[in-house]
Amino acid sequence: MLRADALQTIYPDIEDRIVVTIMGAVAAELYMLGHKEHFFYLEHAMGLASSMGLGIALSLPERKVVVLDGDGSLLMNLGTLSTMARYKPGNLLHIVFDNESLLSVGGFPTATSTGTDLAGIARASGVPNVAEVRTLEQLRASVHQALAGETLTTIIAKVEAVGPKTFHMDLGLLENRFQFARSLEAMKQQKN
Amino acid sequence: MPVSVAHSRLIYDALKACDVRVISALPETWLVHLIRLAEEDPAVTLVRLAKEEEGIGISAGAHLAGVNSALLMQNHGFLAAINPIVSLALLYKIPLLMLISYRGHFGEKDPWQTQGGLATEPILRALNIPIWHLNKPDEVAQRIKDAQTLAHASLHPVAVLLERELMWED
Repeated sequence: MLRADALQTIYPDIEDRIVVTIMGAVAAELYMLGHKEHFFYLEHAMGLASSMGLGIALSLPERKVVVLDGDGSLLMNLGTLSTMARYKPGNLLHIVFDNESLLSVGGFPTATSTGTDLAGIARASGVPNVAEVRTLEQLRASVHQALAGETLTTIIAKVEAVGPKTFHMDLGLLENRFQFARSLEAMKQQKN
Repeated sequence: MPVSVAHSRLIYDALKACDVRVISALPETWLVHLIRLAEEDPAVTLVRLAKEEEGIGISAGAHLAGVNSALLMQNHGFLAAINPIVSLALLYKIPLLMLISYRGHFGEKDPWQTQGGLATEPILRALNIPIWHLNKPDEVAQRIKDAQTLAHASLHPVAVLLERELMWED
């Protein structure tokens, strides 16, 4: 499974959701599918996209929050799984694209290439719903189920180590930050 | 345990007056009463962390979602969170209200706290993070409010150092 295809497959399900992505290929590929004001691309601070997603999910319990994470990023902040599992926000969907590689910085293999099992770590951390998927159909079904339900879910999507030709995004970091905050504020107003 | 219950309550009440709804924390001796107060408060979401750097992400998420937060951390926890402070909070102009227990400074008896104590203020200054030394009970409410006001106006982290004479009774 290619991550670009995976993102395209789930795009209709996540395009109206609050999304937080990691830096690099994931951000660029989602951006190329179509930017939304409620998408936030964390272009640094590796490992913290899931912590940001948790902060948003706890602050806006009536909105679904989707985090697009990666194996390299998650390995930098494994404690996040225990913290997410501790509070189990049912509005948080944590998707990890595992390409067994630090692709954006030269393709060096991560520990998942030598057997580290992120789905197993997520389960053992107490995440109540964990899936490991290898096909687009499995991914689509898992995302549907997670977004239809109210259970904290981590999906480990095994993908090939292939990225986009360019990581360029015509969106300033602060432009994204302020646009995103305004978009979330508007969502809160709609609710009231 | 000679951590001041009364002064912890003053600090907690000051955070409540600032409409803080999310508090992230890692336990440390000087913070125990503050963490218990947050735990017992149904109007506050206490997020117990595995490591302090997660707290920077959680506060960033809360801020972008329009919710006031605070971080309770030991100064060694602050040291553990430097990269996220730089590459999330400073990079993305995220205000952080960091209440940092200032271990390892004047009066410290534990040798293992002292290197962190010596490094805390120089590193805060190197990051251009404003510092307030909180040591007088009658200043607590105003100074915590002032810290939050500056954080929000500047979209920048601020550090309130919780000092020994405020937190400890012996």
